[in-house]
Amino acid sequence: MAAPMISLKSVSKRFGTFAAVDSASFDIAPGEFFSLLGPSGCGKTTLLRMIGGFERQTEGDILIDGEAMGIRPPNQRPTNMVFQSYAIFPHLDIAENIAYGLINRGLDKASIAKKVAQALDMVRLSGLGNRRANQISGGQRQRVALARAIVCEPKVLLLDEPLGALDKKLREEMQIELRQLQKSLGITFIFVTHDQEEALSLSDRIAVMARGQVLQIDTAAALYERPNCREVAGFIGNMNFFEGRIVSIAGGVAAIEIAPGQHVRVPATNGAAPGETAIVAVRPEKIDAVATAPQGSDNVVSGRALAGSYLGDRSLLLADWREGTAPISVSLQNRRSAVDADIFTKDAELWLTWPIEAGVLLKN
Amino acid sequence: MTAQAHSSTPSSAPADFTAARPEWLDGLWLILPTLLIVLGMMVVPLIGIVVVSFWTQTGFDILPAWNLDNYRVLFTEEGALYRILIMKSLWMSLTATIAVVVLAYPMAYFMAFRIEKSKLIWIILLTVPFWTSYLLRIFAWKVILGFNGVINSGLKFVGFIDKPLEFLLYNPTAVTITLAHAWAAYAVLPIYVSLEKIDRSYLEAAQDLGDSKWKRFWRITFPLSLPGTISATLLVFIPTVGDYITPTLVGGTSGIMIGNSIVTQFGKANNAPLGAALSCIMMLAITLAVCAFLAAIGRKRLKAADI
Ligand SMILES: Nc1ncnc2c1ncn2[C@@H]1O[C@H](COP(=O)(O)OP(=O)(O)OP(=O)(O)O)[C@@H](O)[C@H]1O
Ligand SMILES: [Mg+2]
Repeated sequence: MAAPMISLKSVSKRFGTFAAVDSASFDIAPGEFFSLLGPSGCGKTTLLRMIGGFERQTEGDILIDGEAMGIRPPNQRPTNMVFQSYAIFPHLDIAENIAYGLINRGLDKASIAKKVAQALDMVRLSGLGNRRANQISGGQRQRVALARAIVCEPKVLLLDEPLGALDKKLREEMQIELRQLQKSLGITFIFVTHDQEEALSLSDRIAVMARGQVLQIDTAAALYERPNCREVAGFIGNMNFFEGRIVSIAGGVAAIEIAPGQHVRVPATNGAAPGETAIVAVRPEKIDAVATAPQGSDNVVSGRALAGSYLGDRSLLLADWREGTAPISVSLQNRRSAVDADIFTKDAELWLTWPIEAGVLLKN
Repeated sequence: MTAQAHSSTPSSAPADFTAARPEWLDGLWLILPTLLIVLGMMVVPLIGIVVVSFWTQTGFDILPAWNLDNYRVLFTEEGALYRILIMKSLWMSLTATIAVVVLAYPMAYFMAFRIEKSKLIWIILLTVPFWTSYLLRIFAWKVILGFNGVINSGLKFVGFIDKPLEFLLYNPTAVTITLAHAWAAYAVLPIYVSLEKIDRSYLEAAQDLGDSKWKRFWRITFPLSLPGTISATLLVFIPTVGDYITPTLVGGTSGIMIGNSIVTQFGKANNAPLGAALSCIMMLAITLAVCAFLAAIGRKRLKAADI
């Protein structure tokens, strides 16, 4: 990676003894669309606000474009923020709102007017410059907030759930716009969301957080295909888990005993050693379900159907494989005309199979 | 309400809204008692005052002889005193009002932005001075500013002065100080409310867009607190112009205001029509002053503040 735009050096934020953000350390590259993803209360907003200077870190430091920020206030940082509530100033009209930051940069009136007009054009709000915040729609307000931050030409744009208040359709439209805007401007975006689909579709890289900790930072595909812990695996998409013990590792493949005498095989990970407890995680769409015992498959688990549902493009199947464990969910593409119809009847006997590479070995 | 009642009887024909009584009538019932009191206790006497101001006093009788003499007097040599008094009252009130707002604003700001918990306690504390009567509070100032008062004896004790300072009491400054103190709490509340209402994210956004705290105050906080600040200004200015208790007690001869001479006309001077005319002129003067104030703020900013 080239010199990072943002560099967090074990940044923590404690409220009393409670750590809202616990020793976060990572880099964000220039021009990257970087998302902070995690369940409510995991510290995403707190982390973002520390980068913006709205919240003081209790430990560590944040470097932006190589400069240590320390306790610099927001007005002295090369960042701008799009607030979740948009925070459009109610006593100013849209054009005045967009001009707000430009006035602070000491530009003359003519160039401010020009930049405001360009910004209004960029977010497709030309002609609404004289309106006030309460005279435009939610989506338009969102774009004003975006334009107001972008005209300041920040090195980093911080966005705290900027699409949270919009309805689904508008949200999807704005996601595309946001992505295009980011690509054309080349500004580094740090985007907070608790919507995993949004994070997956928009971001270059995603940091998954939980309980103040950054669990994994990776591309969408890597997070989905190679989660590094049970929490990430469960948070992004659906995942089936088989708990067991590693019995052997040979040729990069680990065998895990998931029930007495029953083994499944997965690619081994660094540091895994025989004798340890482990979890095998398999995505529902990587499992096949068949009505007759398969021959020569890598992994076979026999079970019983619990429930099935037909969803048009695919069918969902819930199967029980062992007393006292969570049922396995299987997503079957309806591409083949003949998915075994029998396996969807309750209590039907069935076999679940998947190739070695489909499984992920996780630490317990 | 209507919608609910409607949905609970789905079989009935759609309500005929044209037959319903107009909407503005709904609110009328709520304000009716107040309206009656205002009519009986304010509008009627006010009309009485206006009417009497066109009559004439002869001896002990008030004659309904319609004329403009009472008003004419104000523009002659004899009326000079009243003209000066009116101007002086407006000026003293204005000074007191400015002092009040300047005092009250930081208090309100402190309560709105610096107090995190138990704001109610602070609001209650603010009302503590009101638990004693207005008269007592004025007397307190008399004690503080008086010839042998707190300030004079204090300064004498420390050795700063040999003789008591005489300019402290019985002059317009004493009236202004007393008025400012007496009315400060009234001004804090409206300003506090409009500061409290300001969304904190506006302040953060302003700083994010490059404002220092000082700049942010003048660009965001102050404009957004204008509704409260304007109402505080009017709330203090209007009643203090006509005040007569304060000038009576701490104003001396130089500190009297128009209220005092109106009282004199109705009482000792026994010229109610002239007193009534003075009252009317005073009301007119206040109206003009308020209009001038609002015009100075400007239409645009008033509209902007009306969020
Ligand atoms: N001022 C504060 N005092 C104490 N605890 C706080 C304070 N601000 C935040 N927290 C706690 O810090 C944790 C992280 O909060 P934060 O707002 O960063 O969560 P989040 O990930 O943005 O959640 P959401 O998705 O709901 O917005 C929460 O558990 C919250 O209760
Ligand atoms: Mg948040």
